Amino acid sequence: MRRFDYARAEDVADAVRYGTRRDALYLGGGTNLVDLMRETVAQPAALVDVTRLASTIEGTETGGLRIGAAARNSLVAEHPAVRQRYPALARAILAGASAQIRNMATVGGNLLQRTRCAYFYDVEGSRCNRRSPGQGCDAIEGLNRGHAVLGTSSSCIATHPSDMCVALAALDAVVHLAHEDGERSLPLTALHRVPGDRPDIETVLRPGELVTGVELPRLPLAARSTYRKVRDRASYAFALVSVAAAVEVEAGIVQDVRLALGGVGTTPWRARHAEETLRGQAVGEPAFRRAAQAELAAAVPRAHNGFKVELAVRTVIGVLNELTREEA
Amino acid sequence: MVVNGRPVRLPEDPRVSLLDLLREHLGLTGTKKGCAQGACGACTVLVDGARILSCLALAVQYSGRSVLTIEGLAEDGQMGPVQRAFVDHDGFQCGYCTPGQICSAIGMATEIERGAPSHVTADLTGTVEASAAEIRERMSGNLCRCGAHNGIIAAIQAACGAGP
Repeated sequence: MRRFDYARAEDVADAVRYGTRRDALYLGGGTNLVDLMRETVAQPAALVDVTRLASTIEGTETGGLRIGAAARNSLVAEHPAVRQRYPALARAILAGASAQIRNMATVGGNLLQRTRCAYFYDVEGSRCNRRSPGQGCDAIEGLNRGHAVLGTSSSCIATHPSDMCVALAALDAVVHLAHEDGERSLPLTALHRVPGDRPDIETVLRPGELVTGVELPRLPLAARSTYRKVRDRASYAFALVSVAAAVEVEAGIVQDVRLALGGVGTTPWRARHAEETLRGQAVGEPAFRRAAQAELAAAVPRAHNGFKVELAVRTVIGVLNELTREEA
Repeated sequence: MVVNGRPVRLPEDPRVSLLDLLREHLGLTGTKKGCAQGACGACTVLVDGARILSCLALAVQYSGRSVLTIEGLAEDGQMGPVQRAFVDHDGFQCGYCTPGQICSAIGMATEIERGAPSHVTADLTGTVEASAAEIRERMSGNLCRCGAHNGIIAAIQAACGAGP
């Protein structure tokens, strides 16, 4: 591991002052970044420890919930308001990693975790445009069973690995950011970039910009929401496909719906085509299938991940069936 | 930092992991290095009662915290209750993953006690029981290549005071 300077930020002003240093990175629980540094994928000159910044989870004036970026993933999943009002978020977090990692990983770090594409990690043996711009991509013609089918490009097909982000994308979450120049907020769905011809630029964050918190808006339909993850083993594995969904039904008709997909996209994938297709439709498998197919119509499967298209359609149907069982 | 009740000086080099601090600097070799990338759980220790992976933890991040390792679990020279249960239920074969399994189990027990749900908890707002299914899910971050998992689950159930 390359040598680096370490500084612990006591508050946001402190953090962004250190964070604007050249080649500085913010450090949360370290569950991803420490590993990337050992593999020399990441080689920061300085780490700014932001784990002692705000980690509180509290209600907002508008009936939502604000989560400090330093909140540990386990703390969020355990919080009574999250379990009652945003169960998809609790379920998504509990489906990710292991208990030890959830005790370490912060919300801010989870948002900014890097892909688990094996070629991205293989510094000495593989080409990767995300790690080394312009080098080429060994995944496109390689072992791409775990790779993305939505939001891909001829430069990169790496999957965004987070479970938590998929639930946040579905639940209209907003990300709060701080920079030396001031603060701003973004919808979570605007934070991550699809790779295009610059897969190395993964988010819209400016150098030195810090995630300070995530806000969930008041969203009554989220009380009936869930997260389903399909993976190669029953626990402690990344998603092949995952679905976060919330739905509101009246007299057998879908009034409103939120849907996001994991394991299939280069970003946490909000399924807006599916949502539009579903609103106003009668609850039932035909409408659910049409909606899921509308979203997956843009899929670009490769040699080994074509199964994800139908798996995603079936998982969407399964989750919507589960959420609307009493209405059918 | 305090390790097993004793004050410890933090390393000057921030690259030192908590695992290497324990093993190489303090001679506490009970905590094991397995994968060194957060996949196996062999390096699990307790920090202020919460189970974490010491291989992915930079020691400097843990200043002022209290770390408990397998060496700190004995009470008056006798094995602690979870250690005793692992012996009684053959919760190991080669023993390499065992310190991590035991620290993880102790952390898991406190999570269940305070009602934290897991991936297999059907009702997120209900109570949580230390059933075999719950323990299997909650211990999935600790691998055992000997395949002693059945003994491990039995040991943890016995130590947590739950039925079979």
